[in-house]
Amino acid sequence: MNIRTFSIGGIHPDENKLTHEAKTQVAALPKQAIFPLSQHIGAPAKPVVQKGDKVKVGTLIAEAGGFVSAPIFSSVSGTVFKIDSAIDATGYRKPCIIINVEGDEWEETIDRSDKLETVEAHPELTPEEIVTRIKDAGVVGMGGACFPTFIKLTPPPTAKAECVIINAVECEPYITADYRLMMEHADEILIGLELLMKAAKVTKGYIGIETNKPAAIELLTEKVNQKFNIQSSIFNVEVVPLAQRYPQGGEKQLVDAVIHRQVPAPPAIPVNVGAIVQNVGTAFAVYEAVMKHKPLFERYTTVTGKQLANPCNFLVRMGTPMQDLIDACGGMPEGDNKLLAGGPMMGKALTSTEVPICKGTNSVTIISGEEARRREPQPCIRCAKCVLVCPMGLEPYLLAKLSEVKNWERCERQDIINCIECGSCQYTCPAHRPLLDDIRQGKSTVMGIIRSRAAKK
Amino acid sequence: MNFILIAVIVLGVIGLIAAIMLYAASKKFAVYEDPRIAQVGELLPGANCGGCGFPGCSGMADALVKGADAGSLDGLMCPVGGAETMGKVADLLGMAIANSEPMVAVVRCNGTCEHRAKIAEYSGLRTCAAMHACGAGETACGFGCLGCGDCAEACQFGAIKVNPETGIPEVDEEKCTSCGACVKACPRGIIELRKKGPKGRRVFVSCVNKDKGPAAMKACAVSCIGCGKCEKECAFGAITVENNLAYIDYTKCRLCRKCEKVCPKHAIIAVNFPAPKPKPEGPATSEKPEVTEAPSKPTNEGKEAQA
Repeated sequence: MNIRTFSIGGIHPDENKLTHEAKTQVAALPKQAIFPLSQHIGAPAKPVVQKGDKVKVGTLIAEAGGFVSAPIFSSVSGTVFKIDSAIDATGYRKPCIIINVEGDEWEETIDRSDKLETVEAHPELTPEEIVTRIKDAGVVGMGGACFPTFIKLTPPPTAKAECVIINAVECEPYITADYRLMMEHADEILIGLELLMKAAKVTKGYIGIETNKPAAIELLTEKVNQKFNIQSSIFNVEVVPLAQRYPQGGEKQLVDAVIHRQVPAPPAIPVNVGAIVQNVGTAFAVYEAVMKHKPLFERYTTVTGKQLANPCNFLVRMGTPMQDLIDACGGMPEGDNKLLAGGPMMGKALTSTEVPICKGTNSVTIISGEEARRREPQPCIRCAKCVLVCPMGLEPYLLAKLSEVKNWERCERQDIINCIECGSCQYTCPAHRPLLDDIRQGKSTVMGIIRSRAAKK
Repeated sequence: MNFILIAVIVLGVIGLIAAIMLYAASKKFAVYEDPRIAQVGELLPGANCGGCGFPGCSGMADALVKGADAGSLDGLMCPVGGAETMGKVADLLGMAIANSEPMVAVVRCNGTCEHRAKIAEYSGLRTCAAMHACGAGETACGFGCLGCGDCAEACQFGAIKVNPETGIPEVDEEKCTSCGACVKACPRGIIELRKKGPKGRRVFVSCVNKDKGPAAMKACAVSCIGCGKCEKECAFGAITVENNLAYIDYTKCRLCRKCEKVCPKHAIIAVNFPAPKPKPEGPATSEKPEVTEAPSKPTNEGKEAQA
């Protein structure tokens, strides 16, 4: 087996995939569901319901607020309690719609049967029709970044898509939601991939999986060979086993690993080198949106942590407070803990367990305070470990220092905006320096400077 | 002998030609600079702090002279030199100066450790900007002071320092030049330049929390909950409540302190008023730099006054 990976940098943190073999459970309905209006990259959605309105599962409650935006659908049936603010994954109070749950009544348009709908059986699905359905169902990237999927499928005229790459890497420690999804819904994912390829008008597809998931590689290879790699299929799909290396799940790293092409500096995106990268969760959501008319209101989420009595994978309705899921796993462990939306590398620390599960919440990770607490930073000894592990070929120690002394001009010249904030540098630093904290400050400032410069022109 | 003569003549001629060329060049490429710019520049403090909004004192001098030519010095104010310097500049330029009130930086947060409970521990980079970017901080208030001292670092005059006991920065009114560097440095926009007021007396809402009442109340014991009592109480229309937050317009406030008394959360603070025992107060403006202890602790003084 030819095992590929990306060309520079990378680390291999402890996997801690505690929930690898834990079958997905359907999470209980919450009493009250909270839907933040900004669950995606781009403009916040605009509410279309009012206090007191009755909604069903799958009812549109907020429409897209701009081109780069996505509509939001209710995941529960009940009454709109209020349109207010609540703490979301940013840590701040943001506008949201709060719905009191009553029963579980679904919109009639949603096909709730288990019947597998194939693309062959639906010749009416033109590429445009697929994109429209994806857009109308509010599907966004399920890997965490939440970029609206339909935009990725309609690349700018300067770029031409050549292949669709399914991101099944899940290189982040602890998280197993994508793995469970692959094991339990492989057929749906492959149809989702077929739809994505049809929508992007390409015939080549890849599925990148890390070798720590041999069962998934085996299962998908078998299914792919049955489905695509036969005479009558116009599509050609390849399952690509990838060496275990973080941050392989980053778009640019995955493109490099799978098709050996390097994505240039921003504003270039993977499609500039011909690749459209979509998460497995997104492929599944696309299948459900297009074939089952089911908008995006449910997702697979891992709730994990070494201290948790019973870590689990859940199929959870969005808007469910994290506390409900933590309780279902045996409750918050004793002592001080760090609560993360996402994994330990890229996750966002939260200060409230009432934060709801959103479109991009692939995991709720709980780390003990002892393990999470940072150690005292020591002076940089210029060992250059951070330079070796940076997957973008940057010099983190230098960027951090330049950012600390607020030398934005040099930060820009040193390509700070290329940083993907994967945290490999900080993970590897023997002096425990807060490299990423500094670089993030510099990156956001430099991006601001670049934007204001562009606005002036 | 001949050699010397030739050398002298040749050098003399070269010198003469060079002199003529230089003279011609100096006439042709002459840049006229108003002599008043240099004179004004000498009057300015030379701190180059940028508080006036120009890159430095020379930029300000240039703008002042241009303003004088245009017939108005409105909007030009050296916060460091204050009224005294501006008066001198106006005299030099033959202008009447608009009366600019002395200003001072005011920290509008009273979320000290005792008023605002910690709900989390932050172990990342200890700057306000980094903490602000990663969430609400260590308390439940997403608007209040983070206490890492970005403002103190930005101040060139050592006028603002974080009190280690309260975790909130305090402004030294004597040293504050109202240059506004701290205002720009604060990622949460807590610091505001306000009118210093007669004898340093001023009343302000020491909170910037825009959450609705219950949320604000939960986050901090002295948060503004936007109840609007102060707005009703104010006879001068100086107080407006917007987005669940009261704001006192210092141009309209007459320092009657009625709002302070009705505020149920003690979020309105009056500083430098005589305490129950009347005592001589600090100087009105920076013209009389008499050092007294009272004005250097504005927030504490305010709290005592309420108690």
